[in-house]
Amino acid sequence: MEKILEVNDLELSFHTFAGEVKAIRGVNFDLKKGETLAIVGESGSGKSVTTKAIMRLLPESSSEFKNGQILFNGKDLTKLSDKEMQKIRGKDISMIFQDPMTSLNPTMTIGNQIMEPILKHQKVSKTEARKVAVDLLRLVGMPKPEARIKQYPHQFSGGQRQRIVIAIALACNPQILIADEPTTALDVTIQAQILELMKDLQKKIDTSIIFITHDLGVVANVADRVAVMYGGKIVEIGTVDEIFYNPQHPYTWGLLSSMPSLDTAEAKLYAIPGTPPDLLYPPKGDAFALRSDYALKIDLEEAPPFFKVSDTHSAATWLLHPDAPEVEPPLAIVERMKKFPGSRYYEGTEGGTY
Amino acid sequence: MAKYITRRVFYMFITFFLIATATFFLMKALPGSPISSASKLSPTQLAVVEAKYGLDQPIPVQYAKYMLNLAQGDLGNSFQFKNASVTDLIIDRLGPSMLLGTQGLVLGVAIGILLGMIAALRQNTIWDYGSTFVAIIGISIPSFVFATFLQYWLAVEWKIFPVGLWKDGWVSSVLPSIALAMGPLATASRFIRTEMIEVLSSDYITLAKSKGATGFEVAFKHAFRNALIPLVTVLGPLAAGLLTGSLVIEQIFAIPGIGEQFVKSIMSNDFSIIMGTTLFFSAFLIVVIFLVDVLYGIIDPRIRLSGGKD
Repeated sequence: MEKILEVNDLELSFHTFAGEVKAIRGVNFDLKKGETLAIVGESGSGKSVTTKAIMRLLPESSSEFKNGQILFNGKDLTKLSDKEMQKIRGKDISMIFQDPMTSLNPTMTIGNQIMEPILKHQKVSKTEARKVAVDLLRLVGMPKPEARIKQYPHQFSGGQRQRIVIAIALACNPQILIADEPTTALDVTIQAQILELMKDLQKKIDTSIIFITHDLGVVANVADRVAVMYGGKIVEIGTVDEIFYNPQHPYTWGLLSSMPSLDTAEAKLYAIPGTPPDLLYPPKGDAFALRSDYALKIDLEEAPPFFKVSDTHSAATWLLHPDAPEVEPPLAIVERMKKFPGSRYYEGTEGGTY
Repeated sequence: MAKYITRRVFYMFITFFLIATATFFLMKALPGSPISSASKLSPTQLAVVEAKYGLDQPIPVQYAKYMLNLAQGDLGNSFQFKNASVTDLIIDRLGPSMLLGTQGLVLGVAIGILLGMIAALRQNTIWDYGSTFVAIIGISIPSFVFATFLQYWLAVEWKIFPVGLWKDGWVSSVLPSIALAMGPLATASRFIRTEMIEVLSSDYITLAKSKGATGFEVAFKHAFRNALIPLVTVLGPLAAGLLTGSLVIEQIFAIPGIGEQFVKSIMSNDFSIIMGTTLFFSAFLIVVIFLVDVLYGIIDPRIRLSGGKD
């Protein structure tokens, strides 16, 4: 498939009073046309910052690109001027935010808010833009769109507001849609509706989605591929099945083990011990080593490179090095791996269903 | 909305009534009367004059009479200005005061908003510090000190504007208006700066940016209206400040405005003018505060104006 976005060796720092915070420390991934890439990781792992860097929405005064490229259709977004970037934002790349209660302008009718990107990026009259806005509202499942377009955000519920935010993001049929935890602030029943809506719309307008979340249940539902971020780096990337059923990085093991599931007999839910690294003073080796039960001596000294597991799957852990000792992953993970053809614990016959 | 306004108007009348009552009794509690300074009069003559104006009656009776007249829109006659009607006196003096007040408020708020916006958009730069400096000056230097400076440099030294008086038409109003504008300017710029900085960091501004809006559009189309609410809140007190501020400014520039007449009346115990002017100021303020409340609803659709429970 055609690559639409390529992030190469991206490094980004924030300048704070305490010093330089290395929020992104060499991130590589690509996004293919029409696919959904989920970026997962705990708070502070750099997932939001990565996407805000793609949109160039970070404060210019305190953030700095140290290295790397963000190639969108061959153009390096890190090098574009503000003016050039404004032509891309909302038209080619758009974004859905976490909290629908605060992401709409309270003093502007939702019609005007939806029409804004249309009027900005397309040569259409106000009447036509209004028509598009009504169609968009209908598309995202808002009843009586003609009447509601004149209303203000406070007259809508949280789920409805997120639908409006989605309508704004889709206004110009973007090639990339970045969804930054779009369901985190919604209650569970609404979450499911919004996820269904996004999947539906993706099919209709054929857009690529970068989906940020820390909810692995959501990932399994929406994503084609998954990138696991930790301490400003991607530690493992692969297809959904590869990440869920053949994880390689100890951090991914931890993440998956701390996800409650119906078939685990254990009464206690696993929690990864310790706290995320301080990116003011990032650790020398593998950032996860200090919290990991599987850390090797070299993990503390040298950051692991990416080892290929398959064509679509790679992980940055020394455990995949040919000289590394064989370790036994946690029980829950072994159970998962048993279902995955190609993993070393696979129990079924080749080509079986999983 | 109609219900809300009816309700508010009712409360406005009650407020007005209470102010009138309080002013009346406070004034009567002061020693002396409009004619007590006329020492040339003999006690008999004094008694005659007092009887003529009803000043010999018990205070509650005087109060009832005054309020009855007030209800009919009659503010009584002045003691010092040859029995002229207070209403006419106030209307005569209204022009200059209103012109100064309005010009001062509009000028101050407009420049204040501009300075505040610049400071917020160029936070922690020389623009920001400059605007802060102006605001500090505006707040800490009283308007009469500023007025004297303006008079000295712009009128006496450079002779651009008249020093005082109300003889040269609009030009006479420039210096006093600038002097009056300093307070609102400082307040407006501080309020707008703080609120703009807060608003600019909110989620909906990030969303506006993510739509491809330019810096200008973000600031004026999205942020400005949301940053106005706190400023609108202080507009009422600001208007009040201008009215009371103009007492001093009108004295300094020798402008025949309400303020100047008010001060004179207090000195000569001219009851009816003191009452009339106070009531006029109060009515003005009450209306301004009402308008501010209506303005809230226009600026922010979340602030609903409703009649409340039945």
